[in-house]
Amino acid sequence: MQTATTQDIDVRLSLELYRRMLQLRDFELKVQELYRAGMLPGFVHLYIGEEAVAVGVCASLEKDDLIYSTHRGHGHALAKGVPGREVMAELWGKRTGCSGGRGGSMHMFAPDYGFMGTNGIVGGGIPLATGAALAAQLRNSGQVVVSFFGDGAVNSGSFHESVNLAAVWNLPVVFACENNLYATEMAFCRATKNTSVASRGAAYHIPALEVDGSDVHATFRAGREAIDRARSGDGPTLIEFKTYRFVGHHEGDPGTEYRTKDEVESWKRRCPIKALRDKLLAANVASDHDFDGIQTETDAWLEDAVQFSKSSPNPDASTVLDFC
Amino acid sequence: MREITYGEAGVEALREEMARDSSIIYIGQGIGPRGGNFRQTRGLWKEFGDHRLRDTGICELGETGVAIGAAMNGCRAVVDEVFLDFILEAMTQVIQQAATIHYLSNGKIKVPVVIRGAMGSVRNAGAQHAHSFYAWFAHTPGLKVVVPATPRDCKGLFKTALRQDTPVLFMEHKALYNIKEDVPSEEFLIPFGQASVRHVGKHATVVAVGRMVHVALEAAAALAGEGISIEVIDPRTIAPLDRDTILNSVRKTGRLAIVDEAPAMCGFSAEVITLACEQALDSMDAPPRRICALHAPNPFSPVLEDQMLPTAAKVANEIRQLLTA
Repeated sequence: MQTATTQDIDVRLSLELYRRMLQLRDFELKVQELYRAGMLPGFVHLYIGEEAVAVGVCASLEKDDLIYSTHRGHGHALAKGVPGREVMAELWGKRTGCSGGRGGSMHMFAPDYGFMGTNGIVGGGIPLATGAALAAQLRNSGQVVVSFFGDGAVNSGSFHESVNLAAVWNLPVVFACENNLYATEMAFCRATKNTSVASRGAAYHIPALEVDGSDVHATFRAGREAIDRARSGDGPTLIEFKTYRFVGHHEGDPGTEYRTKDEVESWKRRCPIKALRDKLLAANVASDHDFDGIQTETDAWLEDAVQFSKSSPNPDASTVLDFC
Repeated sequence: MREITYGEAGVEALREEMARDSSIIYIGQGIGPRGGNFRQTRGLWKEFGDHRLRDTGICELGETGVAIGAAMNGCRAVVDEVFLDFILEAMTQVIQQAATIHYLSNGKIKVPVVIRGAMGSVRNAGAQHAHSFYAWFAHTPGLKVVVPATPRDCKGLFKTALRQDTPVLFMEHKALYNIKEDVPSEEFLIPFGQASVRHVGKHATVVAVGRMVHVALEAAAALAGEGISIEVIDPRTIAPLDRDTILNSVRKTGRLAIVDEAPAMCGFSAEVITLACEQALDSMDAPPRRICALHAPNPFSPVLEDQMLPTAAKVANEIRQLLTA
């Protein structure tokens, strides 16, 4: 498994990665709070615990690059640069949301930021990402596309057919598997005999690697290498990020019937945000003062997103058939 | 004007549009050097090459999703399912992704994809190569559904399909590829949502699509000898549907029948009858009739399949009954 060493530490970059991860975490905790208070319609799947994957990978993407996300996609949207206001307002079903309130948590789109959608269908975004990469290749646009998906998607035909086509056409796409060990309640080891997603790269003759998804330096480095490879015309990469959601599958699922308390606690101890903070403090390259400042900024950013969303107008009901 | 086949008309439409618009990419099985199982891309590979005509292995789900994704990122994409029957492997991409993305993105993302396939019964191919699925897709918000019945329409409607910003299902009928018609040499497009009155008549309105247009016309010719004059309307696009042309005809003739190669249950025929009942009931002199495929998978034996599908003789017989009702 790839891990990062302290020599890798670029302090400015690290603090930026920390700031972004904290945004994702606090955003989701706020969504959880609002959802439990009955403020948000629909269903939400929270990204808590997996922040290092989206943040580490998206840090190497340009604005014109595209990502395709999953049902657990608020973090991907934020990491790709969609403003917190637009993501929060979309979860609220407001007119000012990035999809104008038509999409919600599992169908939010913000193409202006290269965010090509969360997706309510497991594996549904993988062929789309592959196709977007085909268009990038055909148009010579220089774009790279990242397809995020979970372990639940890798036994589907969507995954197999897409990776196969991306490989044979040498497309500029990165397949980023967030292996959080459970597809809803189904343990990956019960769903498949070969529990190494990375090993499946060999089946398609593409580079593949396994990365510690709780170490943002490692996710950053793996993401950058794969993105550089795609951009330079050397084709797709499959990355398996070992990660874990600290919460249930969706808000309302305690996530405890199929996972032991010990397992959950052991992953929480490896929290990617805390790990980075501890690492930077131990290396003596950042101080509590730095982290307190980031926390204060994040609090203000989040409060602004909440107030913006709360006070935003609902969609005009008469527009229900627009874009049909 | 010169005579070309339905299949050639489709190739011409593609050639003209691919030359005009370099963003068009064509994805499917056997559509490159082979020129298509139905010769539906014949000659195009030599002109446009591997880059724009992408042969794939057998992976309808992947190739359809890839076409939709390419259409989300600046290409116009055609995905050729070859037999429309095979689209079932890719339905999640068509219904859950292609049909919804433009709407769910609040109109921000265009999805200019044409999903092409050959439908219907031909030469007793059997149940899994003979479906006529247009009603399924017309039932889904976000999809346009085109069913050309003649070479001229095939060309003009295909060109229009290749200029849409949202998904189009383009369904040719397998049994029509070799029929010929005079088609203009100069460029033309046929707009969606405009029915064609194939035969003017006054005693009954007969709505038919795809190959059934020809079956209805054959019935019209037979009935003409008996002094019965039927108006044959070909909607050409199921979605959008030209309701006005159908309603105006029903108001004129007072009688309505639908000829449909798909089963009646929850089908296109039900939609047309509902339309007439909702908006022209006062004009109708008799209960409308559905002349549809029987509710069975297409059987193999020619004897059984002929029994299952509408024929000109059956249509003529039903119309006679409609007129005496």
